[in-house]
Amino acid sequence: MEQVVSMPRIGDPAPAYEAQTTMGPIKFPEDFQGQWLVFFSHPADFTPVCTTEFMGFAKLHEEFQKRNVQLLGLSIDSTFSHIAWVMNIKEKMGVDIPFPIVADVDGKVARLYGMLHPGESSTVTVRAVFVIDPNGKIRAIIYYPLSAGRNMREILRLIDALQTADKYGVATPADWVPTPQTWEFSEENTKVIVPPPTTYEEAIKRLEEGYE
Amino acid sequence: MGTGCVSLEGKLSERALSFLKLVKERGKVNPEEVVRLTGRPLFQVRSSLRELTQAGFLQVEGQEYSLTEKGLVALKEAM
Repeated sequence: MEQVVSMPRIGDPAPAYEAQTTMGPIKFPEDFQGQWLVFFSHPADFTPVCTTEFMGFAKLHEEFQKRNVQLLGLSIDSTFSHIAWVMNIKEKMGVDIPFPIVADVDGKVARLYGMLHPGESSTVTVRAVFVIDPNGKIRAIIYYPLSAGRNMREILRLIDALQTADKYGVATPADWVPTPQTWEFSEENTKVIVPPPTTYEEAIKRLEEGYE
Repeated sequence: MGTGCVSLEGKLSERALSFLKLVKERGKVNPEEVVRLTGRPLFQVRSSLRELTQAGFLQVEGQEYSLTEKGLVALKEAM
């Protein structure tokens, strides 16, 4: 018989769960009441796109904090894998990951939140983002496929839009921002990530061709 | 549930000991005060205080946490 998976929707109470994270055990929603939560999944630890996303979230961590937002990551990996990965990011990139990551080895939380999309992958989570308000209600959901990294400034802009809507009873138009700003993109932003080589021969060839 | 403050063998982590010390110094604390005094995130403070309460090191009345006899003994032994 086909298993029916319910997907939480905007306006629903975010499903309750208990989990182990890189910063200790958590109980949702109890531990996060009174704060906004950006709960996001990534496909797997030690993968290049996810690493760039985590560095992106870390870079904007203070901005999220200023808005009373707690960041919380998740993937179907163990706490040990998560810790090894964030240590690797710290050692190789010099970036601290200042937010917890849920270790969802059995995929229980991922299924609860509809983060597994079998058409895309049945073993790893897609790039989902759940914006949950201080009362535990889901206010926005974003889904990205495995191949496309998210834009963290857009998530921050979404938080600003939701908080502004709540505070002033307004709606925000396309491309709205709270204050005029320039999103800085550099040469670095134009680079793409080539899937890793599958043979030693291919790895050597890439090295000779000047891949980073 | 895994361990954040108290290991499976009942050993307290450094974070747990720092929380117990803080509670002893202040007499009673609520989670927001602990956040202010330690700079740790609210979810982690709530989770730690709950774990220490369940393990019998703290007691809670409303939102105020205080040390139990077991907490006091654990703190003395760790010093």
